[in-house]
Amino acid sequence: MKPLQLLRRARAALGPSGTCAAVFMIVVLVAAVAAPLLAPYNPNAEALLDSFAPPSASHLLGADGIGRDILSRLMFGARTSLLGPALVVSIALLVGIPMALAACWYGGFVDSVIARVFDIVYAMPGLLLAVLAVSLFGPGLVPAVAALSIAYIPFLARIVLAAARQQRVSPYVDALSVQGFGAVRITVRHILRNIAPVVLGQAAIAFGYALLDLAALSYLGLAVQAPTADWGVMVSDETALQQGYWLPILAPGVLIVLCVLSLTVIGARISGERPQPYLLRRARKSAVAAPALTGAAS
Amino acid sequence: MGRLVLHRLGGLLTTLMLSSVVIFGSLYLAPGSPEDVLFGSRQPTAAARAAVAHRLHLDQPLPVRYWDWLVGVLHGDLGTSMVTGQSVADRVGGHLGTSLLLVTLSMVIVIVIGTGLGAVSAMRPGAVDATANAVTSVSVTVPSFVAASLLISVFAVHLGWFPESGVGSGLGGELHGLFLPAVAMAIMNCGFLARISRNALREELQKEHVQTALVRGLPRWAVLRDHVFRNALPPIITAVALLTSGTFASTLIVETAFAVPGIGQLTISSVGQKDFPVVQAVSLLLVAAFVICNAASDLIQALIDPRLRTTRRTA
Amino acid sequence: MTATPLLELSGVTVHLADRAGATGARKPVLDGIDLALAPGEALGLVGESGSGKSMTVRAVTRLLPGGAELDGSIRFDGQDVGAMDAGALRAYRDNGVGMIFQDPRAHINPTRRIGAFLIEALVRNRGVGRREAEARAVTVLTEVGIDDPARRLRQYPHELSGGMLQRVMIASVLLAEPRLILADEPTTALDVTIQAEVVGILDRLRRERGLGMVFITHDLDLALAVCGRVAVMYAGRIVELREAEELHQRASHPYTLGLLGSRPSIDERAERLKAIPGRPVSAFESGPGCAFADRCAHVQPVCREVRPELEPFQGGLVRCHRVAEIALQEVQA
Repeated sequence: MKPLQLLRRARAALGPSGTCAAVFMIVVLVAAVAAPLLAPYNPNAEALLDSFAPPSASHLLGADGIGRDILSRLMFGARTSLLGPALVVSIALLVGIPMALAACWYGGFVDSVIARVFDIVYAMPGLLLAVLAVSLFGPGLVPAVAALSIAYIPFLARIVLAAARQQRVSPYVDALSVQGFGAVRITVRHILRNIAPVVLGQAAIAFGYALLDLAALSYLGLAVQAPTADWGVMVSDETALQQGYWLPILAPGVLIVLCVLSLTVIGARISGERPQPYLLRRARKSAVAAPALTGAAS
Repeated sequence: MGRLVLHRLGGLLTTLMLSSVVIFGSLYLAPGSPEDVLFGSRQPTAAARAAVAHRLHLDQPLPVRYWDWLVGVLHGDLGTSMVTGQSVADRVGGHLGTSLLLVTLSMVIVIVIGTGLGAVSAMRPGAVDATANAVTSVSVTVPSFVAASLLISVFAVHLGWFPESGVGSGLGGELHGLFLPAVAMAIMNCGFLARISRNALREELQKEHVQTALVRGLPRWAVLRDHVFRNALPPIITAVALLTSGTFASTLIVETAFAVPGIGQLTISSVGQKDFPVVQAVSLLLVAAFVICNAASDLIQALIDPRLRTTRRTA
Repeated sequence: MTATPLLELSGVTVHLADRAGATGARKPVLDGIDLALAPGEALGLVGESGSGKSMTVRAVTRLLPGGAELDGSIRFDGQDVGAMDAGALRAYRDNGVGMIFQDPRAHINPTRRIGAFLIEALVRNRGVGRREAEARAVTVLTEVGIDDPARRLRQYPHELSGGMLQRVMIASVLLAEPRLILADEPTTALDVTIQAEVVGILDRLRRERGLGMVFITHDLDLALAVCGRVAVMYAGRIVELREAEELHQRASHPYTLGLLGSRPSIDERAERLKAIPGRPVSAFESGPGCAFADRCAHVQPVCREVRPELEPFQGGLVRCHRVAEIALQEVQA
């Protein structure tokens, strides 16, 4: 498909809010990848004379307590802030999808065992697992990512499982079976392809939540640590806080919120729902004008 | 009904047991021997090493060690802190109270504002609904640590209305100190609950049995209370239980940010001090709180909607 | 009619808010309904989907969907329903009219017991004590043919069958002792075998108490069996109004004739079912002339241009330009 056609289709699928969100995320991604080229300053370059400088021509977003340019730190910070969640979601998908598909296809005992495992892991909050991991292996991105990946497996796998189960009972699967196609082939080529939008959409939403979790861990100094530029680390800037400078904290905070918001919107559009938080999983009825109870009519 | 309770209780216990296995066993996953992990970077004396080795029953097989540990926990013996040497249970006790107060305060805020906003949204479709929707869409993505920093900056440092850190004495002082942390945790949850209650209430408002009640001449407030709100409760309660369990997890962040002496802050500082027995104990408590909240929501739902009183798993 | 009619509709027109159109665009669903019901009389409203029959009774109880506009007047025992304040409206809904809905399972709160459902209005509106209200409920449940009524009070709706729930619904209406019953397709959601029983109970109890009734159905024969007069509705208008006993012989409107002719008869041998071509339309889909014009076998240019009025013909009222000619054709045929 020609690139222009592809773009147009993507725009239609995402809708106006989704397209805005996608554009935003692409900008952030580009800034992250090309940070060494685009950033005006070295993120760790200290200049005490510029301490807490307000936004100006030389420092577009001002500087922090030890004179480091905030904009540059944001751009470099995007690298760790985005890489972590990307790893978490990738690992969770790599492990979770095969498990869910196996549970779906074989059903019965396999299904109940795997579902039970998911329940147990799901019972432990991801943050806590990460804290445990860090207390055993020491602080760092690796233990945090590893623990969060494990914690996110059930979240994504359950969605894959539910979607795959729906496909499994569709007549076309039986038809393919009867024609002699093997389990793996049916699952991968057909079922997986059909559930891809839902899975990818939820993966985007999971990306957002993993971003929040990792930023929180970095805020606590358990994942990425100061002085590395990372959005979570930047929010924890004690000196800025105590001396009442809010821009060094607000800038990374707003960026985090915008990224998660964009990811949630994109994820919802891809998986085919109207954007809503993941807790909300109810069947939607078509909206009818609410009768006599609301408004003035009685 | 009794069968349902037993069934759920069984599930809860199984999950707790298996989680405790994970928490207990994690000690042995780390590199190095278990004593090394416990001592961390400290240099123990030979006597101390021997004491710890003895307490860990390292000569016994793993399942026996687990069992001893579990029995100890159930009797209130959560081990000994590597840092202070005192019993972990003592350390945790006071902190637990503060955390419970904090979580309660936060959830009260969430319930009042969340359901209030949701109800207003559901009853006034149009501009009011759209505005509320936009606000909640954003508030749902504001993590507690961002909120914490902003709140400290505005209300503590600039305005000085609340303390930056710590809690005062007495109930009034404690609540005063816990207010900002509670709000920080509540922002995201208010958004969730507002959306969920709005949707649940809207769905109920359109149900036909509401028409029946109206056509019988019942006053509007009675119809709203007995037919709309009451029926919309199950998803709202589920959400409240889930959010409460999430709030327990958030204490790790918010208590540290505000230096509130609760179990979350205790966990993080213990990680820093490499005091593993404390980390283990608190992890167990947090998981227990988490699991209990989830199980409670199932039970309460069944109490309200009689159609759910079979023992099938809810979603 | 010399006495005050129990229910009187004059020029009742209802417009619904149009979602897709610009603000202010309105879709008519009822177009100039005129009806009068004497106390104790049973009137049938017959029509297909979109004819506006349900909307008529909703207008009578003032339970129109949000954004709907009502023109014309509705009088209950001389009182203007549209002008009632909240208190009078509640009293009217409590004691004046009672409504039986189509799908009882959807219209009874599933999370509360049957007993609570039955006594709710008595306790709250009239201050009757709980025990007294439950005693009355048990009596009425027996009258509608439900066995072991005391036990039923404790049960939940999902424990009862559809037929029993509809009887419970009828019981709840009777408990309120209204003067007018509005039954909106009360048996459509039930099994055919139960329909006769339920309609029978409703009919008997109504007559015993001398209550007026508006009976809505798409089943013409059912209406003829239960009601004294029948009004046939099409596209939000009444197209024929006649005494039930005379409808078979004297039906004059092409639509009514179509309805009568399309019922399969066990006595005849037929190749195909006679159906009316096309599909039923709603008021907002019809043009300036007669709404039935597109489906009528006797259509003339005047039918599409000028809206026919409801006029007397052979003992009833008919809305058709060519009714006299058509009747003549039938006689000659």
